[in-house]
Amino acid sequence: MNWIDIGALEDIPLRGARRIKTALGCVAVFRTGADEIFAASDSCPHRGGPLSEGIVHGQSVTCPLHNWVFDLNTGQAQGEDGRLDIFPVRIERGRVLIEGARLTARSAA
Amino acid sequence: MKRKLVIIGAGMASGRVIEHLVETAPDAYDITLFNAEPRGNYNRIMLSPVLSGEQTYADIVTHDDDWYAAQGITCRFGEHVVRIDRAEKLVIGQNGPVPYDKLIVATGSAPFIIPVQGKDLPGVITYRDLDDTNAMIEAAGNGGKAVVIGGGLLGLEAAAGLAQRGMEVTVLHLMGHLMERQLDPAAGYLLRRDLEKRGIAIRTQASTAAILGDTRVEGVLLEDKTMLEADLVVMAVGIRPETRLANDAGLEVGRGIVVDAQMRTTGDPDIHAVGECTEYDGHLFGLVAPLYEQARVLARALLGEAEDFVVRDVATKLKVTGCNLFSAGDFAEAPGREDIVFRDPARGIYKRLVIEGTRLVGAVMYGDTADGNWFFQLIKDATPIDEMRETLIFGPSFQGGSSADPLSAVAALPRDAEICGCNGICKGTIIDAIEAGARDLGTLRARTKASASCGTCTGLVEQLLQVSLGEDFQAPAAQPVCGCCDLTHDDLRRLIKSRALKSQEAVWQELGWRTRNGCHVCRPAVNFYLLADWPQEYRDDPQSRFVNERRHANIQKDGTFSVVPRMWGGITNPAELRAIADAADKYNVPTVKVTGGQRIDLLGVKGEDLPHIWADLNKAGLVSGHAYSKGLRTVKTCVGTDHCRFGTQDSTGLGIRLEQILWGSWTPHKVKLGVSGCPRNCAEATCKDVGIICVDSGYQVGVAGAAGMDVKETERLADATTEQEAIELTVAFVQLYRENARYLDRPYKWVARVGLEWVRARVVDDMEERARLIAAFELSQSIYRKDPWAEQAKEAQRFQPLADLTLEAAE
Repeated sequence: MNWIDIGALEDIPLRGARRIKTALGCVAVFRTGADEIFAASDSCPHRGGPLSEGIVHGQSVTCPLHNWVFDLNTGQAQGEDGRLDIFPVRIERGRVLIEGARLTARSAA
Repeated sequence: MKRKLVIIGAGMASGRVIEHLVETAPDAYDITLFNAEPRGNYNRIMLSPVLSGEQTYADIVTHDDDWYAAQGITCRFGEHVVRIDRAEKLVIGQNGPVPYDKLIVATGSAPFIIPVQGKDLPGVITYRDLDDTNAMIEAAGNGGKAVVIGGGLLGLEAAAGLAQRGMEVTVLHLMGHLMERQLDPAAGYLLRRDLEKRGIAIRTQASTAAILGDTRVEGVLLEDKTMLEADLVVMAVGIRPETRLANDAGLEVGRGIVVDAQMRTTGDPDIHAVGECTEYDGHLFGLVAPLYEQARVLARALLGEAEDFVVRDVATKLKVTGCNLFSAGDFAEAPGREDIVFRDPARGIYKRLVIEGTRLVGAVMYGDTADGNWFFQLIKDATPIDEMRETLIFGPSFQGGSSADPLSAVAALPRDAEICGCNGICKGTIIDAIEAGARDLGTLRARTKASASCGTCTGLVEQLLQVSLGEDFQAPAAQPVCGCCDLTHDDLRRLIKSRALKSQEAVWQELGWRTRNGCHVCRPAVNFYLLADWPQEYRDDPQSRFVNERRHANIQKDGTFSVVPRMWGGITNPAELRAIADAADKYNVPTVKVTGGQRIDLLGVKGEDLPHIWADLNKAGLVSGHAYSKGLRTVKTCVGTDHCRFGTQDSTGLGIRLEQILWGSWTPHKVKLGVSGCPRNCAEATCKDVGIICVDSGYQVGVAGAAGMDVKETERLADATTEQEAIELTVAFVQLYRENARYLDRPYKWVARVGLEWVRARVVDDMEERARLIAAFELSQSIYRKDPWAEQAKEAQRFQPLADLTLEAAE
């Protein structure tokens, strides 16, 4: 595993998200109301809406463009045929770490 | 021959060891028992009722002097142990040594003292033993103010006891909600509410900076500089294992004294440890159940019967009379876990079950904890619960029936089961009314009052109708806000006002939300209702706003944004136009468009450029046009008397003045105004939310126009003779709309529902109400009338990516 420190938990708004740039495009890192952390691709499979700008509720996010709702555990869209890529992410001593193997691989090769 | 057993510490764990030994093998050991306290074993967990006065020390003694004498135990109470001599196998007490064959260290735990200035002042006490309890009882005898530091189990029991003895109590808690290790935020909220009802003040996220006073405690200073007066300070932030003796004796000590599964210390098979001083497999212990289990295992080990201590889930209950809470197992949210939640806010009941696969893994209950032990058993036994899942939360009384349908659970309720807590209406009363002909919710409410007050039992009442009438029952047409709750927007607004709900958490808990923090449908609405009704107590929450309002720019289909600076009344000047042109150049804005609201739209700005383009526009005096908000958008004007030969009044000036009063306010939906200088209506005022037509005799104020999905001409609210009156009517109308409309209803939809006459009665005819509306609006505007761009521009880093892993890889 290649865990990369991407910033402090406090840098992500509660019930909100921040983007990170990666070799696979932008990834959204979400912080829920209960301080859980999730990461998923920032682009909605429907029309490419930026999910990091969506409303975070429970363990879900709603796309800001057309209100598709995604479960952040699985990336699955509720009642729609679409799924987000999700990435392993964890919190350690107030820092947010993301598993970077896939996210840096392409440009490292 | 009897062997010599010495025990250091007469607590509940070692007391239980002795009981096992004297019951099963009274002749195995000669026992000497040391205790630093001048008394033997008592039921320490019942100190709270002693503090509150519900019990006395005599009630909670477990072993009295006669008992120790009868068992032939040598008691050395009130005597400190100085050290343990492992080489000679001696325990050295203050009054002399005692030899041992086997030694049990049961030194328990010590309160954790936060290292702040003033911690040693007289009047600062911990809450651990009977002496502490007596000190508190004595202090409470003088009345006055107490500050309890720590909102965990112990601190809250201390607070409740002191309050019951007449002290004015404030609890300081470092975390966001009370008892955060045992409760989730929802149950923590209900607990807080109940304690506050008893007059206990609670401050969460309160960090103690110092304890103040010269010769004794006088107050507590918080990190945020708040000063609280205090005649008594109770420190109850936590406990740590008391390990000094073991440490000095060279035994392995981690956080506690490290023991194996037979409670043996590392490296010395003749020394055991038991109770709160121990650490086993990384676990520490503070609740009594595992300690009794340790005691049993240790007693058997001392008699040569090997058994392994196993760490099990434990359940917690708070011993504050009237606050029923229960927590067991693991109730953290995690992937693959699901919640079943039951809320009955009127009765203050909350239950949450956490399910993983087919097993119950955690339970948190507040208010009604009767089924707690049954749930706890399911957790401990890992019982598969998929068969009874649908009715699981109703408890054991609803299991084992033929059907697992929630409707049948309602059907199974006894006739005297209370359905409506507000009005005390039982199921029997409701069923009788249905049989007597009340066949819909409205009639039932009128006849029985069931669900007629707070309305949160509406679902249950409807289920009763359904059970009684079957197919004949038609569910009402009023739609709830969303799937998270059963309330309509109107009910929600009414309840937020009438029950003074001033936070999102209060709404979720008091009104029975089924989700943790709403969804994209209800949360923006709740956020607006709260800020509109409680402008001083509640602040707009950007994370409950749609992207445009959170970013203060309109998101476009390609993820870029548009930027529209405000042009007051549609008036601009060369300096502003130059600044807009420069910004368009500097940030490569692909499209510059003149809008229908008489201003200029810069389309295609990248998200990360937003704070910079705003800062540049701010320098030229331009502020946000709120072209993105459910708030005041534009006031469209014509040139009025300044230039036009037909103009009757200063329409441009009135438009600018209205815009300057109204800008920045949040409303249920967007609000657009128009002011035309004569009935030719060049500003198209007659299709606006508020449109004013200037005439020779004054101002015709029209409202509730539309020119979107629907097209509708404004209706005349009133004629004003002065500009000031026109402004006041407009402001009062907007405030009435803010206070009463459903979120996302434009004014024309709202007026259609309430009727123009209803609006006119308040805004035009009732001068007192008009004045109140204007004052309420102004109060809100004292907070929201400011440029969000200027504030956001200061936090430019929030608009940048958190990290750039493409750079990481290139290194």
